[in-house]
Amino acid sequence: MSEVIKLKKGLDIKLKGSAEKVLETLQVPASVALKPTDFTGFTPKMSVKPGHEVKAGDALFYDKYHPEVFFTAPVGGKVVSVNRGERRKILEVVIETDPNAGSVEFKKANPGSLSSEEVKEQLLKSGIWPFIKRRPYGVLASPEEKPKAIFVSTFDTAPLAPDYNFIMEGHLGTFQTGVDALTKLTDGKVFLGVGEKSVFTNIKNVEIKKFTGPHPAGNTGVQIHHISPILKGDVIWTINPQDVLFIGRLFETGKVDFSRVLALTGSEVENPKYIQTVLGAPVSSVTDGRLKKVEYKQRIISGNVLTGTRVKPQNYLGFFDSQVSVIPEGNEYELFGWTLPGMDKFSASKTFLSKLFPKKEYVLNANIHGGERAFVLSGQYEKVVPMDILPVFLLKAVLANDIDKMEQLGIYEVIEEDLALCEYVCTSKIKVQDILRTGINSMIKELG
Amino acid sequence: MKFLKDFFEKTEPLVQKGAKYHWLQSVHDGFFTFLFVPKTTAKTGAHIHDYIDMKRTMSLVVLSVVPALLFGMYNVGYQHFKAIGELASTGFFDLFFYGFLKVLPVVIVSYVVGLGIEFAFAQMRGHEINEGFLVSGILIPLVMPIETPLWMVGVATAFAVIFGKEVFGGTGMNIWNPALIARAFLFFAYPAQMSGNSVWVALGKNDVPIDGFTGATPMADAAAGNINFNVADAFFGLIPGSIGETSVLAIMLGAFILIVTGIGNWKIMISTIAGGLVMGILLNIFAVNPFMELPFWQHLLLGGFAFGAIFMATDPVSAAQTERGKWIYGFLIGILAILIRVVNPAFPEGMMLAILLMNTFAPLIDHYVVQGHIKRRMKRAQISA
Repeated sequence: MSEVIKLKKGLDIKLKGSAEKVLETLQVPASVALKPTDFTGFTPKMSVKPGHEVKAGDALFYDKYHPEVFFTAPVGGKVVSVNRGERRKILEVVIETDPNAGSVEFKKANPGSLSSEEVKEQLLKSGIWPFIKRRPYGVLASPEEKPKAIFVSTFDTAPLAPDYNFIMEGHLGTFQTGVDALTKLTDGKVFLGVGEKSVFTNIKNVEIKKFTGPHPAGNTGVQIHHISPILKGDVIWTINPQDVLFIGRLFETGKVDFSRVLALTGSEVENPKYIQTVLGAPVSSVTDGRLKKVEYKQRIISGNVLTGTRVKPQNYLGFFDSQVSVIPEGNEYELFGWTLPGMDKFSASKTFLSKLFPKKEYVLNANIHGGERAFVLSGQYEKVVPMDILPVFLLKAVLANDIDKMEQLGIYEVIEEDLALCEYVCTSKIKVQDILRTGINSMIKELG
Repeated sequence: MKFLKDFFEKTEPLVQKGAKYHWLQSVHDGFFTFLFVPKTTAKTGAHIHDYIDMKRTMSLVVLSVVPALLFGMYNVGYQHFKAIGELASTGFFDLFFYGFLKVLPVVIVSYVVGLGIEFAFAQMRGHEINEGFLVSGILIPLVMPIETPLWMVGVATAFAVIFGKEVFGGTGMNIWNPALIARAFLFFAYPAQMSGNSVWVALGKNDVPIDGFTGATPMADAAAGNINFNVADAFFGLIPGSIGETSVLAIMLGAFILIVTGIGNWKIMISTIAGGLVMGILLNIFAVNPFMELPFWQHLLLGGFAFGAIFMATDPVSAAQTERGKWIYGFLIGILAILIRVVNPAFPEGMMLAILLMNTFAPLIDHYVVQGHIKRRMKRAQISA
């Protein structure tokens, strides 16, 4: 941990409503659901039908192209419905929870004493495997591949992001067990990206790298770029810290335990705090009675305000999300909005008076504040991307569907979250994340 | 203001596709979004967006040009009354008001013609009106000599908007700076009316200039080997020239606004000035005529150099897009502007041509910068492998 990697570029968006360090533990919700749509480029095949009784850890569906990758029930109970969308695409598999349903028994063992194959098999069967994401592209990891390294970022710099130092209190032993299992999956190293103050510095069997700087310093994409850049043919895996706990608990207890701490944040939350619930919990179980009662519309986001998914109370929380953000919808006209001095308007540009109050926290809504235009300004995106990448040229290569250029300009190194700030700062209101995903999809299609 | 919002909301269905007044859609949309920031919220991707938009950006550029515009109006009056020998007996407001009445029609013609075409193209293409012309529309009058006939301003604006911008796909897609296209169009299409000594000072039919009045700009004089301008006048702008380009002070005010707000690129401004100074020094060293002997820094005060460096070269669309490219792009503009100005007798002012030329080469500069970037990335590959 000798060197500190100092990042200068980026932007911390100061929002109102960061979570107070208080943990409220919820009861197991009446229903939970897994959403195949949380995984990019994934085709599910059902293993159960409505009416089936399942235990926690029983397979609900699997990957059509890798049938060994299971997605399992976070909590035992009865499968009540498989909700489908257009062209019968599976959107949600809903389970009515039953406290007496029990769990599937897996092997209880110290992962250090297991072989690589045994660890892999246990992760695949228990349904924890899908928490591992593969770079390039940010898709499901393939069990046949061996990554050159595994990255865990133990700090999140996104707006109002949860503080893993707080969440991990008392769980570092389990985290260590999870890390020990991860080391079995790669011939290379497991890297732990840590922030300025971190409780993770004593974790063993890993290489710890310290980062300082504004968002997106906490993104694994940025950390990988500075430690072990992804070139053509390289594969790196990433996993979130709380998901490492799932692995740890699996090996320590022999059972799956998908309970997870969320940060309930945002200016529309009455008392922003941490909430312990379970994977796939209904949004309403977290937000009901906890939001401010207001006249205007509110937007609930599973995840953070830059990359999260918009959800309604009757939906279920996202598979990878450790945060729920609630902000005003902002679907209102604003008279001469673009001319006002803007004391209360946070901006990365220097064109609003808010620039004079760098410490203030702001209420930002979901309005895009303008109309969509062609690329006009230059140099804007570069300021918020702490990587040796030219974002505008990369995006233009995507728009031109120029595979060679995309490859040369570094499409292997970024996923949506890494360029999300570009979308935030864009004067032309260009849909950066959509464009990037289009590019990644055509890379997958062309090169596999 | 609720009635305005109600009015626009109520009329919105009438201009939708297939409705009776569809042909007014871009006009409706243009005025509506001018008055109200739309209620559009994020559908995909990031849920929050910066408050800055194209309207604010462009309006700040317009604001930064205002000092040059106001001073230009004053100077038109100043030059007029100086020419007829009544300067001492005319008050500040009379000078300004005379210039105001002279300049205003040029501004109106430029905006009406340009925005008219912009609205029509937005309607035809079915996209929103681009704010880019708000800036071009004010820059075009400022680079015109005051005695340019209004119809020429109109024709030049139309040419610039259609062939300089819309044929490429509108704001953001153009290769050249539209305002300079307008200027260049007039320069080459109507050389007789656009050069010489009679276009720089406003004179009515019955005005009799005083003895010794030539109407020539100091730069034209200097090019003819006759260097007799007052440096302070050139700095404050009390010399004949295009409407908005004479006052270096007013332009510096604009530069201040652009740099503080971060809207204008300081790298391009600095490198352009550096290029001009370097070329000036080189010419001083190898001087063989009086214009080449002109102290190098005085070039910055003459002609359109300052105006071009601050407002024209920095146009983000037609300039280089990469950070390193911006340095190269600006520097070469400075070099070429002074080189053309001093060495080529056919072109009294090199700034316009230098910027247009470098606009043309900006993509090439960017190409090499990007190739260098890619090579560096590939090298990184070999090290880590």
